[in-house]
Amino acid sequence: MTAVEAPEADEEVLEVTPEFEAAAERQERRRGFLLALPEFGYLTLFFAVPLVIVVVYSFATRNRFGGTDLSGWNVDSYVKLAEPLVREIFFRSVWLAALTTVICLVIGYPFAYYLATRSLRVRNVMLVFVMIPFWTNFLVRNYAWRVILGNDGPLTKTTEFVGLGEHEYLFTQTAVVLGLVYGFLPFMILPLYAAIERIDRRLLEASRDLYANGFQSFRHVLLPLSMPGVIAGSILCFIPSLGAYVTPEILGGAKTTLLGSYIVTQFLTARNWPFGAAMSFVLMAIMLAATVVYFRKGGRTL
Amino acid sequence: MSAAVELTAITKRFGDVVAVDAIDLVIEDGEFFALLGPSGCGKTTTLRMIAGLDFPTEGSLKIFGDEVGTLPPNKRPVNTVFQNYALFPHMNVLDNVAFGLKMSSVGKAEARAAAREMITTVQLAGLEARRPTQMSGGQQQRVALARALVNRPKVLLLDEPLGALDLKLRQEMQGELKRLQEELGISFVFVTHDQEEALTMSDRIAVMNEGRLLQVATPEEIYEKPVNRFVANFIGQTNLLEGTVENHDTVCLANGARVAAPSEHATGTAVAVSLRPERAHIRDRGDIPPGETSVDGIVERITYLGNARVYDIRLDWMTMEVREENRPGMQVCEPGTDVSISWDPSAISVVTD
Repeated sequence: MTAVEAPEADEEVLEVTPEFEAAAERQERRRGFLLALPEFGYLTLFFAVPLVIVVVYSFATRNRFGGTDLSGWNVDSYVKLAEPLVREIFFRSVWLAALTTVICLVIGYPFAYYLATRSLRVRNVMLVFVMIPFWTNFLVRNYAWRVILGNDGPLTKTTEFVGLGEHEYLFTQTAVVLGLVYGFLPFMILPLYAAIERIDRRLLEASRDLYANGFQSFRHVLLPLSMPGVIAGSILCFIPSLGAYVTPEILGGAKTTLLGSYIVTQFLTARNWPFGAAMSFVLMAIMLAATVVYFRKGGRTL
Repeated sequence: MSAAVELTAITKRFGDVVAVDAIDLVIEDGEFFALLGPSGCGKTTTLRMIAGLDFPTEGSLKIFGDEVGTLPPNKRPVNTVFQNYALFPHMNVLDNVAFGLKMSSVGKAEARAAAREMITTVQLAGLEARRPTQMSGGQQQRVALARALVNRPKVLLLDEPLGALDLKLRQEMQGELKRLQEELGISFVFVTHDQEEALTMSDRIAVMNEGRLLQVATPEEIYEKPVNRFVANFIGQTNLLEGTVENHDTVCLANGARVAAPSEHATGTAVAVSLRPERAHIRDRGDIPPGETSVDGIVERITYLGNARVYDIRLDWMTMEVREENRPGMQVCEPGTDVSISWDPSAISVVTD
């Protein structure tokens, strides 16, 4: 009897001491760290190390043979970023990425709302529809668009047939935006859906009860409450659009070079690795800064 | 002067399910009106139809004489206090309360001023900048009330307004709601499944079950003269003694005993005699005061409630509950004692299905 009681008493004493609590917390933290260790390793090996290499290369020198000398450190590559051509490509990329994001938002929001307000069964079926395109390779899907938009493709044929005149779609900015919207729309819809689905429907009813019409209800209740989804979706749409390579390459042609293609050109054709590295690094820094600002701003309005 | 709310043959179907079944209901201006019933009885659907959050499948719904059947909620002169309040989590208290006025294009400054005043009325002055999530249930309840009342609705609708509060706070808010309603002089229509709450607060109660309106009457009438078995059972506690009508003054109980029970029902009708536990008394076996009706039984169990004791009395064919107030000098029967239960004939009511 006493033998059983003794450890219990010990435990009680231990529980109240701050040392015991701290030890327990330490143990908890250690366990968490161990669980995350593979991820840390992965990030270090495949993200941090390559990033350091990129940064190092951006300060290196291109030699006459198109190789890179890891000596004669300079900031020439960064100075070169101010050239008009680079600026033009940069702004075109930002503009197309922004346009893509806005179009995705405008198309995706009503759809996500519709999705979030259906019965569970309908929702699941429709979510599968949203994700079906992922089952086919992205490259293949872009080539499919090339067929659709091509000069003898169904779209030109249709516009000709209904008397809208002859149009060329392929190798234009329109084609690029279309392809980007197509490619990244699911990334807009899914976070929006998740955010809208979480909102208590009675809040919308309450706003209607308090004299808000349908639009006011959207503007003052639904939209602000779904802001986390809008922000997440916009980021997931904008960032890959800004750095997109495959879609502009396949649907865009030569006249509409975007940042992604331009960077690839630096590495493969122009053999100017330091410049390509500098551009990659700056692009990433801008995206990171934009994301931080966006999240902060979003965080405040919520 | 037309009624505040008038429902005529209102039916609401969700697919194959009939939520509200052809109910007629008139709620007068200035009335504290309760829609009472178990969950799923259609009371909330009825309230939502008055608010405009659901539209009736059939029937006519008038608010102060105007047909509003399919008018959206923002075009109706009513406001709602939602179950669990549905306060906007992204706005502070002031903006929550001012919301309705802002939407109905009252100037921002004016809306805020009115909101501040209403916040003071519900005793939340000083908490204007708080977010609803930083407030207690009772405070949130007051914000919800202020948010609805600031719009000066002609009818205030309340959906289980006190359901989420603990007992003490609930009792406090009951009094406060009643006081507010009397001050404002508008009708409050509130939905509840809590019969005690309905009895305490309402001028009139509508008892609903399975989409039907069973009885609309004052609390006294509902309690004293329930129209059927369901109402008798749902409102307060009661003993239902099964029997058949022998004549207009007598019911023959299941065990063959005859009890005085005046009713309008035809001879042979299956009825139940409803006897409230507090209207019956425990006597020594055979010691029945003149004029009272009685049955014999054995004390089975005693539940001590502090202010009263509830006796479960075993009869030949059923168990009855009798409640005796806990007065000093009260004689307490032990389980197993042979006793008689007696009551004044006026204490019972005869109910059918």
